[in-house]
Parts: sequence; structure tokens; C-alpha cells
Amino acid sequence: MSSITTRDVPRGFSASEYMTCLTGIVWREGLRFLHQRERFVSALVRPLVWLFIFAAGFRQVLGISIIPPYETYILYEVFIAPGLMAMIQLFNGMQSSLSMVYDREMGNMRTLLVSPLPRGFLLFCKLLAGTAVSLLQVYAFLLIAWFWDITPPPIGYLTVLPALILSGLMLGSLGMLISSGIKQLENFAGVMNFVIFPMFFASSALYPLWRVQEGSPYLYYVCQANPFTHAVELIRFALYGQINWISLAVVGGCTIVFMIAAIYAYDPSRGLARRGPAGGEG
Amino acid sequence: MTSPVPIAEQRETLKPDPVAVPALSIDGVSHSYGPRRALMNVSFNVQPASFTALLGLNGAGKSTLFSLITRLFGIQSGRIGIFGHDISRSPGEALRLLGVVFQPRTLDLDLSLTQNLLYHAALHGIIRREAAARSAELLARIGLTERAGSKVRDLSGGQMRRLEIARALLHRPRLLLLDEPTVGLDVKARADIISHVRQLVTEQGIGVLWATHLFDEIMAGDDLVVLHQGKVLAQGSMSRVITEAGAQDVNTAFMRLTGAQVMPGGGA
Repeated sequence: MSSITTRDVPRGFSASEYMTCLTGIVWREGLRFLHQRERFVSALVRPLVWLFIFAAGFRQVLGISIIPPYETYILYEVFIAPGLMAMIQLFNGMQSSLSMVYDREMGNMRTLLVSPLPRGFLLFCKLLAGTAVSLLQVYAFLLIAWFWDITPPPIGYLTVLPALILSGLMLGSLGMLISSGIKQLENFAGVMNFVIFPMFFASSALYPLWRVQEGSPYLYYVCQANPFTHAVELIRFALYGQINWISLAVVGGCTIVFMIAAIYAYDPSRGLARRGPAGGEG
Repeated sequence: MTSPVPIAEQRETLKPDPVAVPALSIDGVSHSYGPRRALMNVSFNVQPASFTALLGLNGAGKSTLFSLITRLFGIQSGRIGIFGHDISRSPGEALRLLGVVFQPRTLDLDLSLTQNLLYHAALHGIIRREAAARSAELLARIGLTERAGSKVRDLSGGQMRRLEIARALLHRPRLLLLDEPTVGLDVKARADIISHVRQLVTEQGIGVLWATHLFDEIMAGDDLVVLHQGKVLAQGSMSRVITEAGAQDVNTAFMRLTGAQVMPGGGA
């Protein structure tokens, strides 16, 4: 019985173990994404439909005055590009949450959660992995948009990166928080109706807020309070090498709140425990 | 009365005999889903290098117990320890020593066999080179080396189960939990998996908790825990359980035990 000396396991985890785990989760999420080509295509087609069709149609209806960060009159397409970038991330965040509900039903989530590393860290890795996938989508969109005359300054492609990481984390953790509350996959359609659409339309993604204010002061306040508006503005300013401090504060704050809430909700002694038997209860 | 024994040696003698520390200890565990009580004061141990069968019908509470041991649910009352590590207080140490094969399939169907194994290794913080070596070794052991690069989706049910067992062993756990691992498999695949797991017990000294409702998967030398409607009705070596129930075989023993416990007005 000399082989059984297993009481003495190392306490805690080394930095290299954390890194291995993080890269492993991001790698697997990337692989899964590459295997789901239709997901990539649909993630690209959605914003491109808005860009090619909706924006072209609306170009004549909506005049855009010179508002920061823009220094000249701009085409409507140029205006909505940051909103569409944020939309990609919004859908991606919700899609990741969908896959978490799916994973939970199918049992894949269990593989993740029985890892000995701290659960909060595992969920954070999962969020980072989802954000990394959204970055691929956004940059692919920017590449196509460039041929459509959406040409931010070259440095903008670099300065927008931290903004995208932050907004990706915010929308991802929101999705994770929602996924912890969804009991079944079927309820996901409700998320579309009650989260994605209101967040997208009641924001500065499609129209500048001063225009909204002219139309409906009440909606204006709703848009102001919508974290998605601030994700859009953060991206918009960063794409032109500027920082919108208010949006940065709102997005940063919301990221922290959503992430803590999501990690709390996935704590076994709280959120999941109340939820009754998992799919395979026998 | 102080003896001049050096401190190190003293500690050595005070250290509990490793064998005395159960691989898994379940101590007074109860669990409810709202008003429905799934587990009632469940207590039993799994010893290292032993094969313990957790015998119960569907709905007996086996999967709930597995969810508690693997920390998918929080423990409402009682304690669970893995080699002495309380899973609530030091989950990291406890989970390091634990390998699990869940009842539902938990593989990534679109990834290759090797990719599935590498992902699991990463979740345990095993660096890539080491992970690749262990994966190759385990794939060879389950006879799937040639399939290493193919998608899991293309495997048969039995092959997937073998892969899941290989995956559960990747981080070299000392305790292996399997939740009805042979469900839906043909006779040959079942026999393969049972003999593989029994080999792990004898050759590597792994403690195994095998949940099942199939009596023919249990052998004479096994430890047995009979779980029925959330309660442990009997436990001990297979022969003891049979004798105490006044029966000739597991089947009859199980029927006598559970039949005696059917509550008037029906249970869960």
C-alpha cells in the first residue's frame, strides 16, 4: 500500500498551473469556434446586413451632425460601425451564455466545474475565451467594412482593442449571469426578446443620443442608463484614438458588477444548489 | 515521559496510516430539492484500492450524491471528504484527487480524442508537453491510438466511455467515481469497461465508487452500498449484505431490503 500517500497533495496552485488552465480554455473555445463555421458566418452576416442594407437605406433619412469623436461630416455607415461592432459582441456574449446553458444540460459544463482550480478563476477564463472569439469576429467585420469605406485612422485599429476587450468582458459576464438564471435551453428565445433587442435599440448604436432626446426625452434617459450605450461609445471613441471617460467608468463598473454576480451565481453553495436536479438526475 | 525521539520521526509515527484514511468519506449527508428530500443522512466510506458499488434504482439519489461529491451542488448538511480533504473547505486539494465519469456524455463531439484529453489536462494545470505524453499513453491503454486525431463524434458508445475513463485518469486521481458508466452499451463494451476499471483498482490502488442498478456488475469481493429513496439501507462487503438480508444473492437481498422499506402511501 505504499503507493497510497495521496493525503499530501500540494496546497494551492502555481502561476504556471493558472496559465496552463487559462490558455487551455481559450484554446478549446477557439477550436470550437473554428469548427462552427456557420456561427462565424452568421456572426459576420448579421452586422453586414445592417451595414449594407439598413445603413444604405437610412443614409438619406438621418443626417449626422459633427459630434465627437468625429471631426467632419460622416456617412451614416461610418456612424453605425461602432454600434455594429458592439452588436457582434452582444450576440457573442449571449451566444456564449447559450452555450453555457447547453453545456450544462449536456454535461460539458461539469468537465469545467470539476477542475480543482478556483471556480471564479475558471469562469473568468471562460469569459476571456468568449471575448477572444468576439475579437476575431469584430476584426473580420472591420476588414470587410474597410472595403465599404469605413476607414478609421490606422492607429484606431490598435486603440480600439482594449475597449473591445472590456466591452466583450462586460457583455460576456452579463450573458453568464443570465445563463445562471435560465433553467432550460428553450427559455433562450426570451433572452433575445427581453435582453438583446431592447439593449440594442435603446442605445446609441443606431442613432446619436441627441436625436433620441429630440424625439423622446424619456427614451433618452433609458439610453443613457443602458450599459450597452456606453460600450458603443467606448468603442466609438477608441476607434478614433480617444477615450470617453464616462463610458469607460460605466463599462468598467458594470463589468465588475456583472462578473462578481455571475461568479456568485455559479457558486455551488448558492446559485446552482437551489436549482434542483441537473438534467441527468436518475 | 518525554522520549528523545526526533521531531521528524515523531511526526512520522503520529501520521495516520494512509490506508486508514478513506478515499471517500460521506458523513451524514442530506439533500433536498425544495420539499423533496433526495438524500437522508447518508454515510459510507470508499477505501483506497477497493471497488465499491453504489446500488440503487433510478431516482434513489445516486446522481444527487455524485453532484454533491463533485461540487456541482453545495452541501446542505453533512460532510464529504476525499482522502481527508473536506470538499467544502479545501475543494482544490480534494478535486485534484478525484476523477469522474458522469452519466451523461461530457466530451466535445467536434474535437478530436487528443484535443479532448489536452483540454482536460489544461483544466488541471498540467503543462502541454506532459499532457501530450500522458494522453498518448492513455489512448494506447484503451486501444484508441489510431483514432487519436479523429473526431469524438465518430466513436462508438463504448469507445466514448473508454475515452471518458481515460480522461478521468489523466490527472492521476486516487479516487474514481463512475455514474452508471455502462448504460446503453452492448455486452462486449460493458465487459471491457468493467474489467478495465477493476484492473485500475488492483494494479494502481485506485478507490472506485461505481454507481449502478445492474446487479450483474457486482462481484463477490466488492463493497456494497444499497441506496434506496435517499437512504442507505445496507452497506459492507457483498457477502455480509447478502447474509444480513437473509438472502442467497444480491438480487434477492436488494429486493428484500428495498421491499421492506416501501413506505405506506408511497415514497418519492
